[in-house]
This record gives sequence, structure tokens and C-alpha cells, in this order.
Amino acid sequence: METLTPILAAAVRSGTPILYATLGEILMEKSGITNLGLEGIMLMGALSGFVVTLSTGSPWLGLLFAFLLGGCLGLLHAFLCVSLGSNQVVCGLAMTMFGSGASALMGRNHIGVAISGLHSFPLPGLAELPVLGRVFFNQDAMVYLSFALVVVLYVYLNFTRPGMNLRAIGDNPKAADAMGLPVARLRYFYCIVGSGLVALGGGYMSVVYNKFWAEGMVAGRGWIAVAMVIFALWNPFQAALGAYLFGGVEAFQLRLQTAGTPIPAPLLMMLPYAMTILVLLIIAVGKGRSILLRAPAALGIPFHREERD
Amino acid sequence: MQGEARTTPLVEMRGITKLFSGVTANDDVDFSVKAGEVHALLGENGAGKSTLMNVLYGLYAPEKGQIFIKGTQRVFRSPKDAIAAGIGMVHQHFMLVQTQTVWENMILGLEGTGFFLPRRKIQDRIAEISEHYGLQIDPSAFVWQLSTGEQQRVAILQMLYRNAEVLILDEPTAVLTPQEAGYLFKTMRRMKEEGHGIVFITHKMHEVMNETSRVTVLRKGRNAGTVMTNETTPEALAEMMMGEKVPIDLFKSPLQPGPELLEVENISVLNDRGLPAVEGLSFCLRPHEILGVAGIAGNGQRELCEAVVGLRAVTEGKIYLQEEDMTHASPRAFIDRGVHYVPSDRKQVGMAADLDVNVNSVLRSYWQAPFSRHGVIDWSSCEEHSRNIIDNYHVSVPSGRTPVRNLSGGNLQKLLLGRELSRDLRVLIAMHPTWGLDIAATRYVREQILCAREQGCAILLVSEDLDELMAMSDRLAVIFKGQFMGVLAEPSAVSFEKIGLMMAGSRASEVLKEEECCHEA
Ligand SMILES: Nc1ncnc2c1ncn2[C@@H]1O[C@H](COP(=O)(O)OP(=O)(O)O)[C@@H](O)[C@H]1O
Ligand SMILES: [Mg+2]
Repeated sequence: METLTPILAAAVRSGTPILYATLGEILMEKSGITNLGLEGIMLMGALSGFVVTLSTGSPWLGLLFAFLLGGCLGLLHAFLCVSLGSNQVVCGLAMTMFGSGASALMGRNHIGVAISGLHSFPLPGLAELPVLGRVFFNQDAMVYLSFALVVVLYVYLNFTRPGMNLRAIGDNPKAADAMGLPVARLRYFYCIVGSGLVALGGGYMSVVYNKFWAEGMVAGRGWIAVAMVIFALWNPFQAALGAYLFGGVEAFQLRLQTAGTPIPAPLLMMLPYAMTILVLLIIAVGKGRSILLRAPAALGIPFHREERD
Repeated sequence: MQGEARTTPLVEMRGITKLFSGVTANDDVDFSVKAGEVHALLGENGAGKSTLMNVLYGLYAPEKGQIFIKGTQRVFRSPKDAIAAGIGMVHQHFMLVQTQTVWENMILGLEGTGFFLPRRKIQDRIAEISEHYGLQIDPSAFVWQLSTGEQQRVAILQMLYRNAEVLILDEPTAVLTPQEAGYLFKTMRRMKEEGHGIVFITHKMHEVMNETSRVTVLRKGRNAGTVMTNETTPEALAEMMMGEKVPIDLFKSPLQPGPELLEVENISVLNDRGLPAVEGLSFCLRPHEILGVAGIAGNGQRELCEAVVGLRAVTEGKIYLQEEDMTHASPRAFIDRGVHYVPSDRKQVGMAADLDVNVNSVLRSYWQAPFSRHGVIDWSSCEEHSRNIIDNYHVSVPSGRTPVRNLSGGNLQKLLLGRELSRDLRVLIAMHPTWGLDIAATRYVREQILCAREQGCAILLVSEDLDELMAMSDRLAVIFKGQFMGVLAEPSAVSFEKIGLMMAGSRASEVLKEEECCHEA
């Protein structure tokens, strides 16, 4: 146990960026919008969070800024996909390319600079719990915020009126529209908030987790988050499980690397991705068609009131 | 004051014009609804009934025209405005969220009942309303678990929950058994007594005559007249609808069916969601014979047709075509042996909507001579073929180069029939062949199918139109939840009521007397 607890604690930390991104994508997909731009949005969030933290000295301002910038990118995605009815897959891919390129270009001067970032903040009382305390409650505030977000999102989706409306616009926008819900406006809203959360995940990587900026530092976590949404069947708790699985393998392989195993580092670094994909595959095969049943029925389909289907 | 209120209609629509990318769906239409009346809206498919009502419900913005609610002019920007003004609409395809429960659907989009869902309160209110109007429903059931009739009840309750004063019912009886329709009429009468105004869209004359007090007829988007029901006759209404008299009866010659051609033994098929759609069905098709299949939409008809033409995998059972095992044969193998399909979804399944008439006319045979030689397409012979279809089947199109997307429903169906009723045809699987066609086109399509029967084709005819099935079928099967409730050897000897009971899941043996000659497959 003594050797395992630090790994588990690290698992939670390194799973957190993916958790934020996954929760953001769940929010968007529940409203019927696919956003494949997570990788790009996370990178933009990571860079902007880092730069603002560096220049103001406040990691909180940095994270706030990352969230807002993500919101702007979400607004753009919503404009393209909701107002113009463009193909959501294409827009998402464009967003990823834009985010990767723009962040690399604008971040050139910040490579190698370090910030002090956000520090861990043991929760009084809870942190003293055996094992659990070390793993979950000896973390930074952003980790605690993500715990809260999981619970809040779950309750919101399943037990509140706006959450029910959200599910409705993703499942049958025609029906929601006919019942007087402003489908387009709601999709805009969830696209903005969701993308904000995604960017916050990116910001966490640079401001809290690594405390530096490096080109392409998100390293495919955005794509893992896209896949994770399906694995989680759009359920926030399962999203946390998936994110921590990735984080766990990540922490484990880092440990192996520093311990100096003869296994080549690139192989080890591949491990979290390979594991996640494997687990997704097993689940997809196991659940079969029922995954289709859980997906928001109108996911990815533009909605126009007077258009016939 | 009292007199004033009584004469001001609940709804008055004046000069409504609505265009869809150049197509005039409504042309200067006047329409009104009074308190305490059931107002029938009649017209052929495509006449503009649904469009007019969607304008009233705030879904479509009209190009021209005004709407007055109890005498005051209103502009509806969305259904929200219309709902607030007391208008409710039950669409032909219900606007329900399948993955949510009845009670959740009930409060969809409603404001001002708190952030968290007061489930108990909502369910009590539903119970109260459904008790009052005789619309029994389980509020905690998921919509996807409900039958079509039950879903319709939910859709009506949804509107009553919003205190709708005017209720629009768009072809509500098209999806109901005669018994269920009876319950709906009871509810309608109750609402009428309470002073609601009801707009009732239907194609069935006897429903218009029995259940309504006024009738408005739409023809090609224009108002062809509004009359009191008790001052008109079905014949007069039919004439208003069509603008001309068209004889309705068909000539069907008595023919002796040939030996069994297509045999289906105990097949089971899954639907798109992987759930059983057809379970252990058996039947056979014979030359010179039409086997009709009656049933409410969504009871496995589409899956059955697709399985029998090789488009859908058969999970159990066997299909034989003249002793040859075709159970797992490809669609191409079926086509090569003369089994052709007229699908209900002409634009998506039957045609490639963006391609032109010439291409579509050879979709099923382009790889054969004379359309292809050594793998190269001979366009001039394709063109000739398509010109033949256009001429012989009276398809009205500007040219063979017109994308079929632009064809009207009737012309599309004629083109499709022209393609499928080719010389090598031996088995025809036709699904809703006259759905959405006007009366003249309907008649033409039916005649063509009867002509194929005469020439020795074996035909499976799936339809929701009982009149059509009665007039065309030599034998009639009734399908419910993927199973035949019975096959009637003498369909005309059985009453609509009894067929209705079978459509709702009663077995033929429970419903029919012995002399009404039925056998199980
Ligand atoms: N949303 C739409 N987009 C384009 N054309 C439409 C739309 N709705 C109806 N139409 C066209 O308007 C006409 C009237 O259709 P509709 O109101 O549905 O007729 P009805 O309900 O009487 O069968 C038809 O020609 C139809 O093709
Ligand atoms: Mg209609």
C-alpha cells in the first residue's frame, strides 16, 4: 500500500485534465453537438492559462482566462455548426488543427520558462483518512473542483429541469422546439460552457500539472477524452473512472521510467493510450448496440426548424 | 357582450401564404376555429394541411397573412408564443422524446415550476387530466416503451397540460386501430363540450361525417371551400378535394394462383436497434396472387420486406425461391432472380435523390446488357430506357437530366414502378405503394400492380390503408409485433372491426367465427 498510494494520487492528478475535457464534451454531446476540436481547445487553454499566469503571477487568473478562451472557441464552433449548419466533424477537425498550430506559433517564446503554478492544498480532516485521504484529498483545488463538477453535472443532467431540457434538445430537437424550447440558443450555451471546461483541462496541464509550456503538450489527451465520452456512456461518474484509469497507467509508466527499466521509454509512454483504447474496445464489444441507444439520438445532426427529414 | 364572445372565433387565419423554396404549400388560405366545434381539415396528401397548421402553431413563418386569436392579431415567432396563446398541436409524427418518461415529456419546455423536478406534483396533475379526459397512461413509463396509440395520448396530454384551448390533431386516426380511434373520439367530444376548438385532419370520410361539425377542404394549397358537415355529402367533399370526379372502384379479375414461388419459413429479423422486429413468420407467395399485409406502422413490416429482398439479415428461419435457398443471399441475387422491391421510403431507399432520372431508371440493372458492355456504361441506351419509362408510365418531368429530388411524390412513384415492373419481374414486394399520392396517381399505381398480378407476378403488398388492402388482396395477413395474427383467405368476408382487433394483437382464432375461413399462415 505504501508504494501504491503515491501512484494512485498521481493517477488522480494526471487524469484530471482528461476529466475536465470529458465532462465538457459530455455537456456538448448531450445537447446534440459533437466537438472533435478538444485537442486544439485544450492546447489553446494550456497556452493561454500559462501565459496569463506567467504575466500576472496568479494561477487562478490564468485558469479563468483559459476557461474564457475555451468559451470563445466554443462560440465559434456553435456559430459554424448551429447557425450555419456546417458539418460538425469537419469543424472539429479544423478546430484541432487551428489550436495545435496557433498554440505552437504563439507559444514559441515561452518554451522552457517555469511558473510556480497552483500548489496542493490538503483538505483539513479528510486528508488524514487512511489511503483515501492521500489519494483524493491531498490534492490541489482544481482536483476538488473536478470532484464537485462530476456530482453537480450528474445531478443537473438527471434531476433538474434545465438538465432535462438539455437531454431533450440532444435527443429530439424537433420535439424540443415544438414544445417551445430555444434549441439553437441552448446549443450555443452548452457549446460555450463545454468548450470552456475543455480548455480548463488544458489549463490544468500547464498551470498545475506541469507548470511549464511545451508545444503539443496535451499529447492526444483531447482525443482520448472524445473516446472516453463513449466509454463513459455520457455519465459523469464513469467519465471520472475512465479518466483516472488513463491517469493511473500514466503514473505507473512514469514510475517505471524513473526506476530505469530496460523497456524503451517510447513504448512506456504509449501505454496509457494503448490501455485506454483497449478498454474502450472491450467495452464497445461488450455493450454492442446498446451504446447506440445511450448516445443522444440527434448527435451531430444540424437542426433547422422548417427543414424536412 | 355574451353574443359578441360567441361569434368571435377562437382562431382566425386570414390570407395565409407559405412557400417552401419556390413550392407554394399554402396560397392565400382563410381558416377559422370556433369554440366548441370539431373542424375537419380535408385534402389530398400534399394539399397543405400540415403546413397551414404548423403556421398556426408557430413552427412555420408564413410569407403573408395574419392570425387573430379571439379577435386580436398575433404574430407567433415560435411554438412557445402559440402555446402561450392557447394553441396546441399533436403532429402526425409525434414530437416526443423517446428516451424520457411520460412525465418528463409532459413538462418539456415549461417554465416556472422550479429548478428541481417536482415529480410527484407533475404525476398528480397528469393523473387528474388523464382521468378527466379518459386518456389512461402510466406517467413513469418511458415513451419508447409505449404503443403508438399510447404515445398519441401522451402527445394530447402534453397539450392539455399546457391548457390548450385549440387542439390541432394532424391525422391522428391514421395510426390507430378502429377501437383506439373510438376512444379518441370520446375524448374529442368531451373537449368539445367544454368549449375547446378542435382541428381534425383526416382522410377518412366517415370520420368527417360522424365526428365533425364543419369541414374545410384544401386543394393544391388553396382553400376549396368551408361547409357545414350536415349540409354536405362524402361525394361532394371528394369532388371538392380533387376538383373532378374519379371513379374509385378497381377491376380485379378472378385468377387461379399458381404453385408456390417464394416460401418464407419461420424467419426472425432484428430491427436497426438490434431488437426483434419479426419473430417466426411463415408465408408463401404464388403467381397471380396478392398477399396483403395489414398492420399499424412499426410492427415489423419494413424489416419483413427488407429481409425478403435480401436487404436485412435473417437471424432464424429460411427463405426459398422455387426450392433454391435464398436465406442469406445478397440483394443482387434477389434482383437477378426477378424479386423486386418498391420501398416505402422512395427518396432514400428507392432512389438516389441527387442523381437524375436517367441514372435512377437503370439503378437496378445498369450492370446488365444493354446498359453496360464490358464494364462500360452505354449512356444512350440508359437514356432510351428512361424515356420509355417516362412515356409508358406518364411520368411528368422536364427532362431525363432532372435530379429525382425535384420530382413530386406521384411522379417519383411512377418512375420507381416503371423501373421495378420490368419484364423479368416474378416477385414484387411493395410497401405503401400509394402512400402520399393523389387520387389519380393512386389509381394508376394500383392498376399497374393488378396488371403485374395478371401477368403472373407474385405480390406482397404492405399497406396501412385497409380500403386498399381489401380491394387488392387475394389473401390478407394481419401483422402485430412481428407476428401474423392470422391470414384471411377471404378478406372481404371479414369486418373492419375484426381486422382492427387483430391489428391490436388479437389472434384470428379469438376474433373470427369458424365459417370466416382463416388459416394460420
Ligand atoms: N418542411 C418542408 N420543406 C419543403 N417543402 C415542404 C415542407 N413541408 C411541406 N412541404 C411541401 O408543401 C406541400 C404541402 O405539404 P403538407 O402541408 O405536408 O401537405 P398535407 O399535410 O396536406 O399532406 C407539399 O408539396 C410538400 O412537399
Ligand atoms: Mg400532412
